[in-house]
Amino acid sequence: MKTSYREAMRQAIREALERDPRVFLMGEDVGKYGGSYAVSLGLLEQFGPERIRDTPLSELAFVGCGVGAALGGVRPIVEVMTVNFSLLALDQILNNAALLRHMSGGQVSVPLVIRMATGAGRQLAAQHSHSLEGWYAHIPGIRILAPATVQDARSMLWPALQDPNPVLIFEHVLLYNTEGEVDASQPGDITRARIERTGSDLTVITYGGMLSKALDAAQQLAAEGISAEVVDLRVLRPLDEMTFLDSVRKTRRAVIVDEGWRSGSLSAEISARIMEQAFYDLDAPVARVCSAEVPIPYPKHLEDAALPQPQGIVAAARALLGRS
Amino acid sequence: MSEPLGCDRAQALELLRQMLRIRRFEEKCAELYGKQKIRGFLHLYIGEEAVAAGAIPPLEPDDALVCTYREHGHALVRGVPMQSVMAEMYGKVEGCSRGRGGSMHIFDAQRRLYGGNAIVGGGIPLAVGLALADRMQRRRRVTSVFFGEGAMAEGVFHESMNLAALWRLPVLFCCENNLYAMGTRLDRSESQTDLTVKAASFAVRAVKVDGMDVLAVHKAASEAVAFVRENQAPMFVEFQTYRFRAHSMFDPDLYRDKEEVDQWKKRGPLHSFSDRLKALSLMTEDDFLRLDAEVLAEVAASVDYAEAGHWEPVADLARDVFAQAPAP
Repeated sequence: MKTSYREAMRQAIREALERDPRVFLMGEDVGKYGGSYAVSLGLLEQFGPERIRDTPLSELAFVGCGVGAALGGVRPIVEVMTVNFSLLALDQILNNAALLRHMSGGQVSVPLVIRMATGAGRQLAAQHSHSLEGWYAHIPGIRILAPATVQDARSMLWPALQDPNPVLIFEHVLLYNTEGEVDASQPGDITRARIERTGSDLTVITYGGMLSKALDAAQQLAAEGISAEVVDLRVLRPLDEMTFLDSVRKTRRAVIVDEGWRSGSLSAEISARIMEQAFYDLDAPVARVCSAEVPIPYPKHLEDAALPQPQGIVAAARALLGRS
Repeated sequence: MSEPLGCDRAQALELLRQMLRIRRFEEKCAELYGKQKIRGFLHLYIGEEAVAAGAIPPLEPDDALVCTYREHGHALVRGVPMQSVMAEMYGKVEGCSRGRGGSMHIFDAQRRLYGGNAIVGGGIPLAVGLALADRMQRRRRVTSVFFGEGAMAEGVFHESMNLAALWRLPVLFCCENNLYAMGTRLDRSESQTDLTVKAASFAVRAVKVDGMDVLAVHKAASEAVAFVRENQAPMFVEFQTYRFRAHSMFDPDLYRDKEEVDQWKKRGPLHSFSDRLKALSLMTEDDFLRLDAEVLAEVAASVDYAEAGHWEPVADLARDVFAQAPAP
């Protein structure tokens, strides 16, 4: 069945609320407004204010409240409107959600799911265009998911709620309106990367909002006789390195596409792991296509110039193969 | 029931015993810190014992407790065995948090003690969430959260208090006002120094009590716990107290006059309550010495236990960082 990413996510939340009475959703404007990105539209009417909770604009408190509620035996889905606002809740995410299990000697777990929109591309200017999932992927003790497809939007939430670890789900803002086929009966997986397109000349490693750009680039490259394999990381922490290392060992070349800033990014981590574990399988240095190291500007032409684009991925792939 | 005290002799002696346990435990900790048996940060509660000793017993076993990094006393009064707290101070695997947390991260899930939080104000929203979980699961429990007056300058206090009040959650906000946020006195850090006014601005019932008087603390806390449980709504209590020791073992204590400290010591919770019990003929000096000897023996046994404890194998370094994923 064809559906939108937004509808798939809403269905996933609805299913979780129906299957497990401990599950509830809270966040800014998730109820009466229907969600800033309309993901939760209609859920308040169906499940009532006890389980669809509008919160005040208090990211630090309601994320911390989610941590405490998880400790207390319920299963919160906390929606932080966007990754930009998650900075206000960083202390609770890092110092409590991620650390409590280890710091308590394993006595307590934090089975909490935090969802947030991420990424640029809607001309929302510098403070509303961050891609900080790479920052969060630095932290031990949490799982980070980046559903890039409508199927993943539909199927990753339920296993995330079964995970005893805190799980952060990053939903790229440009994905909500995308459409795709969904099989609701397909069990979700939150551990593995996936080969999204097979190829033999190079591997493009990416995730989230950049997947469609990588696939566009692969299409263009195919027209030039270059066969690109595309890996969707899906899980940003813990990284499923076997999948991308195996691919790179096969194709002997890698381009990493990451909407985060290059310095200290997830792309840097992936590149390092390839160097550490597949260096002698490489025919060319690892290449990266990342956002320019500038605040994301408002005008369309400058925003486009700041973000990874298919032509940049194509150019990087050509360079790896010695073609101009 | 002894009329002037409002409680019977056994209860009064128990309050004294708990204060003494905290005092003797921490005096030993300070000594062990000097011997480098305890390392890292060590924040002593000495002077503030009446608050934990009086405010925690009114909680039921299935109520929850969230504390700060100055929480040895709370853990002891809550019933965490002294030996497992001491082993935690040593960093031994027999400690209540497997030695992972040390002085600032005392956890005991069985007794519903959720830390030991070393970020000022960091535990406050956890308490709101614990109370929300109780509400959603139809349990009439209370969650008490302790924090210093310094935490009331943090945004998270205001956000959490608002949320608890808005959703009428059964949280007892316990402010331990010892006048100093590390070295910064209340009137140098907050525009409104009457903390109950701040709390009341959230439409929450707020009272203040003499935190050096264990009976006053116990009475106020008992009423507050009952209020929260019956009304299923938050309440705020300010316990006015004072720490006799420096903020931590690294603090040279340059920011306050010795005279001020001495003035507060005259109101010390232990000796003032002891004197009162003796004056009422509820306790003799011999009774006190016997009690003290029992407590000192408990402390000595806890040190022996910690000394005999084990270091967690390095092979277990990554244990409990991340749980195994569920099968797809």
